[in-house]
Amino acid sequence: MKVIEAEALSAGYGENMIWGGANFSVDQGEFVAVIGPNGAGKTTLFRLLLGLQRPLAGSIRVFGAEPERGNPRIGYVPQAHNIDEQSHIESLELVRLGISGTRWGFSLFSQDDKRAALSALESVGATELAHRPLAELSGGELQRIFLAEALVSSPDMLLLDEPLSNLDMRREKDLLRLVNGVVRSRNVTVVLIAHDINPLLPYLDRVIYVANGKVASGRPEEVLTSDRLTAMYETSIEVLRDSKGNVAIIGIEEGLGDK
Amino acid sequence: MNFSPNLIADLQQMLQYQFMQHAFEAGTMISIMAGVVGYFVVVRRSAFAAHALSHIGFAGAAGAVVLGVLLPWVTPIYGLLAFTIIGGITMTVLAPRAAQRDTEIGIVLAFMLGLGVLFISLYTGYATEAYSILFGEILGISSSSVLLTVAAGLGVILAVSIVYRPLLFSSLDENVAEAKGLPTFWLGVVFMLLLAIATSFAVEVVGVLLIFSLMVTPAATALHLASRPGRVLLISVLIALFSTWVGLFIAFYTPYPVSFFITAISFSIYLLVRRFHHHLKIGPSKAGEPIDHAQPGP
Repeated sequence: MKVIEAEALSAGYGENMIWGGANFSVDQGEFVAVIGPNGAGKTTLFRLLLGLQRPLAGSIRVFGAEPERGNPRIGYVPQAHNIDEQSHIESLELVRLGISGTRWGFSLFSQDDKRAALSALESVGATELAHRPLAELSGGELQRIFLAEALVSSPDMLLLDEPLSNLDMRREKDLLRLVNGVVRSRNVTVVLIAHDINPLLPYLDRVIYVANGKVASGRPEEVLTSDRLTAMYETSIEVLRDSKGNVAIIGIEEGLGDK
Repeated sequence: MNFSPNLIADLQQMLQYQFMQHAFEAGTMISIMAGVVGYFVVVRRSAFAAHALSHIGFAGAAGAVVLGVLLPWVTPIYGLLAFTIIGGITMTVLAPRAAQRDTEIGIVLAFMLGLGVLFISLYTGYATEAYSILFGEILGISSSSVLLTVAAGLGVILAVSIVYRPLLFSSLDENVAEAKGLPTFWLGVVFMLLLAIATSFAVEVVGVLLIFSLMVTPAATALHLASRPGRVLLISVLIALFSTWVGLFIAFYTPYPVSFFITAISFSIYLLVRRFHHHLKIGPSKAGEPIDHAQPGP
């Protein structure tokens, strides 16, 4: 089943198109990476999926319908959180708001959301962080809490915006293994924005490559080839692979995505 | 009045006076309002908005005094309410995101304080009124003002109990709350309205210049003592109440102003908690643990 379908999709703000003519689809239960240079419009893709922004042209469908803000089937972890050393609230309470935060009125006695929050924390291996204030957590621990906050409402799709930034290599691996476990065990579709594709390669079903106003999509070994990218961007692009299978994309420079 | 070692007798003696009864009634309601709204002020990092609204309220109160020459029923509280509500909504409209709103707050503040200057110049006999607005005058509060304060307090409590979880969610994690379909802009407006009302009435107790002592200090102190929102809210209210009650009590038996005692008490509690909170932490979180800053937060 297709959970995301984009046809001739263009995105941007007002008159400014950031990228256009994109055709791609994502199946239920896939682990998808969105990669590309800074400013290429990766977060813009998320805003379209979340219904926070309308396409300039073309169509995008999420779960077979036009995206709408507040879709309960989507869990979202933005890049920016207002968490700092003043955030004394404990982790459990933030995760709990992921399910109760959209409810109006008061409920003094309901414990359902608390149970759901505890089980979400357990599924990301953060049970022992439940009563720790957010201000005391490390970057990797915080990412697990945000993941639990997104998972607590049992979404069918997770959108993770740069969850790996600020993590060292070991914590990066831990988080990816965790996310992969969520994809495989719950059949949840995960779309993850990343700067570097290499740590993700062992897990990915699909890559969406956003750069220079265009979007390429497919299995990583299909998309990330010199021929395919050169043909698409009409400029010489080389995809290099080292002996461990790591890739480097040469020819698309940082910042070109802004145009 | 003579203070005796028998505190019960002292209380009885104090509460024989109607102006002290009024002061306690209004002070109690205002402390509850300030403690509750103050929690959201701290969580939303809106201390500057609270500061600005109280000063904008000063201009409004000055305007009401001028208008009161023509219309005797116009008391400073109406000017406070009108100006803080207009100012708060203007700030939200100019800068819809709670973070990085400082510039717009400052701009609105400057303009509305300018109006305050104009109002003061229009009314020459202003000095005593100005003093009471700047530093509070809870001991002179009339019974109709007490009624109005109680009504406002109940309104604030009712509103908070309706928007509590969405407001908390959008204050802590605005991006996710927005994606989840919460009306984050309107929640921002509701917050500013609550802040405007709480500020306007708190000005009656501690005045424009000392508003933080009821609006921010209790909540900031409470954050060191608990990490669950419900508990923080409760502790914040209790600290505001304690400061006001004890402040009123001491002021009754001394010749010094109430607002000084209230600010001094809430500040002392804050300092004590800052110093000793590792031993006081309420709830199961492990206090005193070294903070892991090995990873920069996002």
